[in-house]
Amino acid sequence: MAEAGAESQTVQEYIVHHLSYLTYGRHPDGHWGLAHTPEEAAEMGFMAIHVDTMGWSIALGAAFLLWFRRVGLRASADNPGPIQNFVESVFEFVDNRVTEGFSHKNSLIAPLALTVFVWVLLMNAMDLVPVDWITGIAALIGEHVFGFDHMPFKIVPTTDPNITMGLSLSIFVLIIFYSIKHKGLGGFFGELAFHPFGKWMMPFNLMIEIPTLLAKPISLGLRLFGNLYAGELLFLLIAGLLGLYQLPAHFVWAVFHILVVPLQAFVFMMLTIVYLNAAHEAAH
Amino acid sequence: MDINLTIIGQSVAFAIFVWFCHRYVWPLFANVLEERKRTIADGLEAAAQAERKLETASRESAQQLDEAKSSAAGIIDQANRRANQIVDEAKQQAQVEAERIMTAAQAEIEQEANRAREELRAQVSVIAIAGAEKILGREVDQAANEEMLSQLAAEL
Repeated sequence: MAEAGAESQTVQEYIVHHLSYLTYGRHPDGHWGLAHTPEEAAEMGFMAIHVDTMGWSIALGAAFLLWFRRVGLRASADNPGPIQNFVESVFEFVDNRVTEGFSHKNSLIAPLALTVFVWVLLMNAMDLVPVDWITGIAALIGEHVFGFDHMPFKIVPTTDPNITMGLSLSIFVLIIFYSIKHKGLGGFFGELAFHPFGKWMMPFNLMIEIPTLLAKPISLGLRLFGNLYAGELLFLLIAGLLGLYQLPAHFVWAVFHILVVPLQAFVFMMLTIVYLNAAHEAAH
Repeated sequence: MDINLTIIGQSVAFAIFVWFCHRYVWPLFANVLEERKRTIADGLEAAAQAERKLETASRESAQQLDEAKSSAAGIIDQANRRANQIVDEAKQQAQVEAERIMTAAQAEIEQEANRAREELRAQVSVIAIAGAEKILGREVDQAANEEMLSQLAAEL
């Protein structure tokens, strides 16, 4: 599947190309534009946006929500069609997980869990699209329209730590918000400061509890990123190294990945529910 | 890792998507499922109610049947009694009538017999005289034998 540039690229270049982002940002000289090389992208620093992963992320999220809304508007209680049944089963699956895992009253949690689950699932599923199909077409367009040598174009948003950490940090903000709302500022601080060893050990408690708290969003975001990044990297290695023998290897890894894709989406959703449930728990 | 504005873009997109889902997607399905749940619950409730109604109805019908049976038995009993009474009355009347007829017949017979006797009595003197005339070959003076003749008639 590396036919697009196998002759002109080394395997290393091929993989680097596939792991780079199409970046739009502020060049060191102050003007905004696309980065044409990885070095240019690196120079942009924080003031840059990954057009490819961001675009796919928004497109997939919007497609999911608009489609669900369309099905929902046409839904009937008496005579559901096959599409409605499918969407309803997803809905009920998420609803049941929320009912089991979240024991407080908050009407935002279930829609949040649904959004997280389906959105992450779709973003992960982009990993199953053969690595050069869309990227290859985009590279051709980039070459002939925008004058790139090798225009990078990543299609799996969850292999971008910005995307996964963007999700997990948003959830972290909700954790802090609901913790303070339900336990009070003092209660929330007390949880960090007076456990597990009582108030005389406060510095020690804080040393344990603050990393525990911070580990939640970081592990949540990095777990998803790591799994999908590793999966994508293996697809790239197979494509870059195995030549014609790559097809059965791709197949085997894709089958395995069909398990990883929903599993990671599920884990992300469950942890979101569990963390937010803990945030709603009154101080003990 | 190159962390950049994308992380903020993703957070904003996430917030908007969650808001949209909360506002425009989740309620649609929640309503449909709620409605379906209600329909099923209503159906089950209606079935249970129908069962209860059936039970009540069959109990009522059994009761009514019992009542009808007992009242029919009462009516038959009454009818039987009435029939017996009528028969008894008829028998009694017939007996009375028969006795009356018999009495009347007896009275008539007696009357007839008396009348016949009277007639015979009235005719006895004539027959006796006629008989005596035949025997004696002569006329008998009725007036002379008046006493004897009326004595004879009285004996009849």
